[in-house]
Amino acid sequence: MQGFASEFSSALSLILNGDAELWAIVLLSLKVSVFAVLISALIGMPVGAALAVARFPGRRVLIVLMNALMGLPPVVVGLLVYLMLSRSGPLGVLELLYTPTAMIIAQVVLVTPIVAALTRQVVEMLAEEYSEQLRSLGVSRLASVPVLLWDARLALLTALLAGFGRAIAEVGAVIIVGGNINHVTRVMTTTIALETSKGNLALALALGAILIGIAVAVNAMVSTLSLRAEQEGLRHA
Amino acid sequence: MIRNIVRAALIAVGLSAGAANAEESFIVVQSTTSTQNSGLLDYILPWFEAETGIDVRVVAVGTGQAIRNAINGDGDVLLVHAKPAEEQFVIDGWGVERLDVMYNDFVLVGPKSDPAKVKGGLDVAVALAAVAEAEAPFASRGDDSGTHKAELRLWVAADTDPTGASGTWYRETGSGMGATLNVASGMGAYALTDRATWQSFGNKGNMEVLVEGDPRLFNQYGVILVNPEKHPRVRAAAGQRFIDWLTGPDGQAAISSYKLDGQQLFFPNAK
Repeated sequence: MQGFASEFSSALSLILNGDAELWAIVLLSLKVSVFAVLISALIGMPVGAALAVARFPGRRVLIVLMNALMGLPPVVVGLLVYLMLSRSGPLGVLELLYTPTAMIIAQVVLVTPIVAALTRQVVEMLAEEYSEQLRSLGVSRLASVPVLLWDARLALLTALLAGFGRAIAEVGAVIIVGGNINHVTRVMTTTIALETSKGNLALALALGAILIGIAVAVNAMVSTLSLRAEQEGLRHA
Repeated sequence: MIRNIVRAALIAVGLSAGAANAEESFIVVQSTTSTQNSGLLDYILPWFEAETGIDVRVVAVGTGQAIRNAINGDGDVLLVHAKPAEEQFVIDGWGVERLDVMYNDFVLVGPKSDPAKVKGGLDVAVALAAVAEAEAPFASRGDDSGTHKAELRLWVAADTDPTGASGTWYRETGSGMGATLNVASGMGAYALTDRATWQSFGNKGNMEVLVEGDPRLFNQYGVILVNPEKHPRVRAAAGQRFIDWLTGPDGQAAISSYKLDGQQLFFPNAK
């Protein structure tokens, strides 16, 4: 284990000493996952909020289904997206397989249910709290969605972070639809999988440490931002 | 804010679609993990890319999966190592023509303690029979890859059916060569591997090569252009150029010049 520890630290310092190729991989990881989370937010937040306030038969079933979809196995999502985007698949003409766009699509499928389900929960609590007020103002249920989303924005950041965590850490889907192609679709997680399969365990672990570092940095950044926004909100109030 | 996000997303989508539409500026090669994990492709491809300006995008999976992906049309060139399956691929019309590219060999690796006492043997069938007899752990790919197919042929030669022992001493990992070697290393198991992956593998632990040199351990690689008549979007011109280069003097010289720790890993033999 002594040998492994020194191997690990030398791999880590090698990486941190400005390996251009590695930083390109880190950047692609961030680009793919950030895009996926933003698109998921655009879809998941309105859907989640609408489910929170609307009342219709089958609503509970939909909520259960959405909550269950949070546990979608990435490999299955990767396979489904592969079958859609394959040249033999219905969307083959788009030639999107083995591109970063394909990876974004797969991650959107994985992340949207998380964002939607968490949004639903947050907004539902808020809607109960404000129900009298909203009714007295004569705002219909669905019309209150933008107001509620805006009011819940800080809590919703957590939903986005949960989605981002899922996206950036995921390997099963992106390796199938991205193909782990060097300089094109190779991201942090697929690089770690590749180095593990080469038996370069120390290097793989060092890459993993960097991935964790990125996750911590992103979370710290968002938490600082939300703290500042909260303080600002208090000052205005 | 939201409008900017949408615009950015559209640009991202547009960019990649645009790159795909620029015909034949790149090809997708469905290949096997051994050619990538050994570092061979990273070593030889820059020459081809510099000469032709064609970017070669390698998807490295097991031979079985590579062939299925190629049947779906998700690749322009197939570079794998399972000759019977490759010939079937061409017979079924999915590929244009199969050409020999290079060869190396498989080796039987295992723990230095060698519980089945096979070390130094020249007959791989006898060695496998001894492993089965000793019920010593054996890690199989179990994933329909080229190496897995070769291993199954060798069990037939050894007149032994290990699948009945699946889950006891015969352990099918269902994963790539490197992952299987990691498993073998962890549980002190025997395994069949191509020499290139073994040579470049970084987690050998207490394992070593035990049996090598049997003619049945020969490992031939072939290259095939995916048939554009089956999949009109195949980048046939660029793919053919890559095949011509790989089987021509420049590609063959590049293959033989690749060495790891002073040892040549692949031996060109295109006709």
